[in-house]
Amino acid sequence: MSAVTRGWQRFFPGARWGLISVPYLWLLFFFAMPFLIALKISFAKAAIAMPPYSDILYWVDGFPVLKLRGENYLYLLGDSLYISAYLSSLKIAVISTLCCLLVGYPMAYSIARMEPAARNIALLLVILPSWTSFLIRIYAWVGILKPNGLINNFLMNIGLIDAPIKMLHTPIAVYIGIVYAYLPFMVLPLYTNLVKHDHRLLEAASDLGAKPWQAFLKVTLPLSKAGIIAGCMLVAIPVVGEFVIPEMLGGPETLMIGRVLWQEFFNNRDWPVASAVAMVMLVLLIVPIIIFHRAQSKELEGRLS
Amino acid sequence: MNNTRGFRWGWLFLGGGFLFLYAPMLSLIIYSFNENRLVTVWSGFSTKWYTALFQDEQMLSAAWVSLRIAFYTACTSVVLGTMAAMVTTRLRVFRGKALFGAMITAPLVMPEVITGLSLLLLFVSLSTWTGLDFARGMMTIWIAHVTLCMAFVTVVISSRLAELDRSLEEAAMDLGANRIKVFFVITLPIIAPALISGWLLAFTLSLDDLVLASFVSGPSSTTLPMQVFSSARMGVSPKINALATILIVGVSTLGVIGWYFMARAERNRQREIQLAATQD
Repeated sequence: MSAVTRGWQRFFPGARWGLISVPYLWLLFFFAMPFLIALKISFAKAAIAMPPYSDILYWVDGFPVLKLRGENYLYLLGDSLYISAYLSSLKIAVISTLCCLLVGYPMAYSIARMEPAARNIALLLVILPSWTSFLIRIYAWVGILKPNGLINNFLMNIGLIDAPIKMLHTPIAVYIGIVYAYLPFMVLPLYTNLVKHDHRLLEAASDLGAKPWQAFLKVTLPLSKAGIIAGCMLVAIPVVGEFVIPEMLGGPETLMIGRVLWQEFFNNRDWPVASAVAMVMLVLLIVPIIIFHRAQSKELEGRLS
Repeated sequence: MNNTRGFRWGWLFLGGGFLFLYAPMLSLIIYSFNENRLVTVWSGFSTKWYTALFQDEQMLSAAWVSLRIAFYTACTSVVLGTMAAMVTTRLRVFRGKALFGAMITAPLVMPEVITGLSLLLLFVSLSTWTGLDFARGMMTIWIAHVTLCMAFVTVVISSRLAELDRSLEEAAMDLGANRIKVFFVITLPIIAPALISGWLLAFTLSLDDLVLASFVSGPSSTTLPMQVFSSARMGVSPKINALATILIVGVSTLGVIGWYFMARAERNRQREIQLAATQD
């Protein structure tokens, strides 16, 4: 422990607890507690009232009665719509994460190999799109993919096709949108990892007779494991609950659980079922979130020591 | 770098990747100057969609709401994020530190539909429990955005704090400065570039958010993304192209300025370190 860290402890404890408690209480109150309330409401029953659900705790002859209804969860299990929505969200998340990795890895690798000055500019060019509106970048693809959009117009002008190909509102459009929107989140952690690699390792491998692709598979790829995990989690976890992309680029048959939750909440106004949908999604994602958290804290500790 | 030969396809991948990232945005910008109502059929140069955009009262008031929320969010997130970053990098383990770390990283990846729904349920429950009216509006959107953005700001600032040379802080303490003075006189100026980029990041994240805002907003507080989303659902409109161009150009300019200051500060710091090293 450094003197600075000790200094914090020596300085009167009030400051220390003040520093901890403000962000801690904010997160406890506005990040952790809402999940507990959603959990509670997922055991309630929809009602035509404001708020539109029954109380799970009520009083009978002066005694409190806790009534947990599992019917929302049974309802999710019983209706194949929900199960296939979960499965298809997971499938879309896995496939699009792999596509992001295939596109993003070579990009991150070549940026990490650049001269430092060029490296910073290339990195800025990767990050810049993620600063501009997500919604607008997805909207751009509507104009490109629609029946009289840029791609169809171009293909018809050069005479390759006679009638427009249906691209918008298809699963392909959803995959394109996801890879497009999430690519920077894949490239950044990969780059952060790859840029730290020691080139002498590759030189040693080549001195010992390894071909470049062998050296890559045996040296670079295993060393970049942490970056791959961080990047994949950063893409896959939010994609499972994605709403905007399937809504704007997908068709009615593109089933994703984020969209189902949205409809359950805004169109059917069934808050308890929407909460149950969210809780099941949270349970599915908890292991990936823990893996991400481990990778993230290891990254920070690595730099601290 | 003498091993670049090993990866001669690098430029191809990089070029392809950048084309993929930038061509769609470029198409939005070009077609925002299209005179034709059908966005993708070019019929001549015109700026009439910009005029139409600036006469759209709904769009303008939504933009004003969004900009104000983004400003308040960015300022709050930087303060809370700096405190959280000091806690994670400078404090010895305390009871509940693991939970704290988890609550900092989870918002980075948590699907927004889950966070948004849960926060709304919190606000509604608070209203019924306390009898107070937690009116859904700018205030609730601000709370939701700060919760999301402070996680990103904390990551940016912690990584800066983690690579900071502690000997500067230690020297100041040896000379008798107390912790609070050391923080404001030594630490804060050094991490200032990270604070600026954290502020910009929080501002753009807040300006961009559709899902959280849709859940926790009330009838009187429509944000810009909500307005854009409802008109984009009706189909492609040249007015949105005009708005997109303004946003892309505005945010890129801010981003490049922020990046320039970061890079300059970094260069100066490196130079000072070298200077200090040669004087030893």
